[in-house]
Amino acid sequence: MDLLVLSFTIFILALFVGVELINKVPPTLHTPLMSGTNAISGIVIVGAIFSAGSSEVSPTLAHALGFIAVTLASINIVAGFLVTDRMLNMFKRKG
Amino acid sequence: MFALINLSYLTAAVCFILGIKGMTKPATAVRGNQLAATGMLVAVVAALMHQQIVGYETIIAGMLLGGGIGVWLARRTAMTAMPELVASLNGIGGGASLAVASSTWLNTSAAGTVPGTAWSIAIIASIAIGAITLTGSTVAVLKLRGNLGDSRRARQWQGVTLLCLLGVVAAAAVFVSSALECPLILPVLVGLCLLLGIGLVQPIGGADMPVVVALLNAYSGLAGAATGFVLQNQGLIITGSLVGASGLILTAVMCKAMNRSLPNVLFGGALGGNDATATADNSDEFYAGKVKYSSADELAMLLDGARKVVMVPGYGLAVAQAQHAVKELASQLEARGASVSYAIHPVAGRMPGHMNVLLAEAEISYDQLKDMDAINPELPQADVAIVLGANDVVNPAAAEEPSSPIYGMPILDVHKAKTVVVVKRSLSPGFAGIPNSLFIRDNSLMVKGDAKEVLQATTSAIKEL
Repeated sequence: MDLLVLSFTIFILALFVGVELINKVPPTLHTPLMSGTNAISGIVIVGAIFSAGSSEVSPTLAHALGFIAVTLASINIVAGFLVTDRMLNMFKRKG
Repeated sequence: MFALINLSYLTAAVCFILGIKGMTKPATAVRGNQLAATGMLVAVVAALMHQQIVGYETIIAGMLLGGGIGVWLARRTAMTAMPELVASLNGIGGGASLAVASSTWLNTSAAGTVPGTAWSIAIIASIAIGAITLTGSTVAVLKLRGNLGDSRRARQWQGVTLLCLLGVVAAAAVFVSSALECPLILPVLVGLCLLLGIGLVQPIGGADMPVVVALLNAYSGLAGAATGFVLQNQGLIITGSLVGASGLILTAVMCKAMNRSLPNVLFGGALGGNDATATADNSDEFYAGKVKYSSADELAMLLDGARKVVMVPGYGLAVAQAQHAVKELASQLEARGASVSYAIHPVAGRMPGHMNVLLAEAEISYDQLKDMDAINPELPQADVAIVLGANDVVNPAAAEEPSSPIYGMPILDVHKAKTVVVVKRSLSPGFAGIPNSLFIRDNSLMVKGDAKEVLQATTSAIKEL
């Protein structure tokens, strides 16, 4: 239970950090910000890796779900970072 | 080893925070994004080192498959389709969370461990948010692509949503109290949450989709945070809440720009009547004989004497792929000593900042892109304002007619410019479905036609002057 309280504290504090940080992003960069944070939300791949890799006790269905999770999270991460990079590079070169 | 792995997650979270910090300036944004990607690599490597992992085949197969699809998506998607891509990625992220939560539950159930209440609640949160994000985003993508029209049966969908919500609460209660005795409860819960996602987004009109996409972005982050609670992984919690905060702020930005409250968008499908369509039918009468038409040649002559020109791009420009044509005309005018700037309304394009990306694609310098608050005081000094396929965001009714449905929505004060030229294919109304009194003003001219063709014709006419 202590760990839960700690986790919850971290969750709330991180929300505040996020708000402070993102309020400073100018409207020009809002679309890249959205696709970039999208890629970051692919962090669930950590959980997906546990699900797909720990096949010892798991029944087949759990294992299959793990595979699906790894695949989906990878799409999210790779497409998110690449497309953000593509957009940001357009902003970099000055007209 | 355990400490090292956890420190790696912390490192990853720090990389994400610094990466987003880099996004606050266009000059540092590329490096910020690369830093965030590095953080992700650290997190993935740390997860792979975990002793719980016994087989790598499935992981590697999934990563290769997902990575390949990701590269293909990122390369193939046109900049105009960015809202659809972001919405799909939200859904994919939600799907991943859903799959992780379900799989974790099945594993725990197979291992015979008795889960605590807090853990069960975290699993439910992860499943619910993940599933709602998955199906909600799917509906949003279909609406953005125009494959799915506005719902005529909004009320029924609200009913379905309410029933689903009750079902989810009931199923969740059973799940928490007796999760392991009743194996059927998991698929039931997942099914209900998936249906709930459809029910929540389906009644919302297509015009409000940008707000919904931003909100679903927040959900996909919160789903990640919930997964963090399930796995008791603080790195995931920090990262998920960062994304959640980002989505919530962008949702607020969109709502403010469209003068809507979030509850209004979410429940507007059932509460608001469709009176907008009635007004649209009267638009012929509204415009009759009052619109002054002009041509590309006249526009060229007008621009020849202009010192200060403001371009007002709207989605019509994006659809016509006219961003390069605008740039070409602007370069011509600048060569003749005029100053050109671009007025960007927060909801120009179809998601926050979308128009900036489209103009950046045409190599228009971001110093020339001015947001609404910066350009509005300058518009009365503008000799010519050229409205390119924008509609509701320049409708003076929002500022002047309290009876108008969009009254109070912040707009670009284009009507205050000395001359306004509206380039538009027809007099059809915009998203709000109401006629635009800008078009019949004394200082406004209309050039009918596709934005790209009109701009190109104007550019060549100027060259011949």
